[in-house]
Amino acid sequence: MKKIIFGIAFIIFFSFLIVSAVNMRTFGEPAFSEMDDYFIENAQRETGANNVVTSIVFDYRGFDTLGEATVLFTAVVGVVALFRGVKK
Amino acid sequence: MKEMSRIVKTVTNFVYGFIIIFGFYIIAHGHLTPGGGFQGGAVVGSAFALLLVSYGSLNSTKFLKKDIFSLFESFGLILFIVLGFSGLGITFFYNFLANSGGWFGNAAVIGVNPGDMNTGGVIPLMNIAVGLEVLSAFGVIVLTMASGAEFTKKKEKS
Amino acid sequence: MIGNLPYVAVVIFIGLGIYTLMFKKNLIKIAIGVVLIENGVNLFLITLGYRKGAIAPIYTQAPSGQAMVLPTPQALTLTSIVIGIATTALILSVAMMIYKHYGTLDTDEVRRLKG
Repeated sequence: MKKIIFGIAFIIFFSFLIVSAVNMRTFGEPAFSEMDDYFIENAQRETGANNVVTSIVFDYRGFDTLGEATVLFTAVVGVVALFRGVKK
Repeated sequence: MKEMSRIVKTVTNFVYGFIIIFGFYIIAHGHLTPGGGFQGGAVVGSAFALLLVSYGSLNSTKFLKKDIFSLFESFGLILFIVLGFSGLGITFFYNFLANSGGWFGNAAVIGVNPGDMNTGGVIPLMNIAVGLEVLSAFGVIVLTMASGAEFTKKKEKS
Repeated sequence: MIGNLPYVAVVIFIGLGIYTLMFKKNLIKIAIGVVLIENGVNLFLITLGYRKGAIAPIYTQAPSGQAMVLPTPQALTLTSIVIGIATTALILSVAMMIYKHYGTLDTDEVRRLKG
């Protein structure tokens, strides 16, 4: 009985996803690109790096990278804390 | 876990040095070619996983120690934060070495060019700090889970 | 529909991940479902920033005079992949601890036994 309700709910949800994926914007024409055009034009002059993606990750949006490094450090602390307290 | 056969151990002895050097090449050239700190750190971390799988978890504690990896990870994160604070004259995370005459301070040629290693400002130093942190995080996670799987074997249900 | 094939692939990823989360009982299979959903979302992020006939946003020895792909979604996907590593490591460690404490990995049994 529970399986039938789960199955009907899953089919309805999946059909919503399929209909919205087929009717999306055409693939290959982004809607708004003014910020990225500024990054492509001026990243070599302002930061001096050839790689535009690296200069976005470490220079224009370096604060997000600080948050991500902290998340990785916290995950390692969590794994070590879970496996503590074993006696051989 | 048990160790693998002699063929696997011989190939691992030959190959793991090349994987580590390739990973450091990807970290160091992060501002010229595709790559950077996170991608190169993941490649070096997979070399540690290869060593652990082919030698078994009991033998590999002789040459892969958890304390040194933990020390390098903390050192990498502290270096990243210090590099953020050192541009504090204008703002937090300011690129104070770009286009100046100092350490990594040449100006890049505008347009298509073969890359110059000496450009980039504070970006190559941040790449090295983040790469050090990611490879140590991989080492600590894989070693802790492998030695933790030894004592979670199924006990007799009484 | 052929033109929107990357978006249909993303929907298939997310649909398979939600099917695994709803209908399976083993803890390792539930962890695989979480990883599938997270990888589908990463693929969706980088297919949003594509321009037709453009090259990668790197200036080192690129063919000159061509447009470039948008670089910002690629930077956000890097952060998302690293957060996925943290999630997978923690969910597998918690599964190992549940196996040590209860002796089984079936979610029906784990709910009924009171340790």
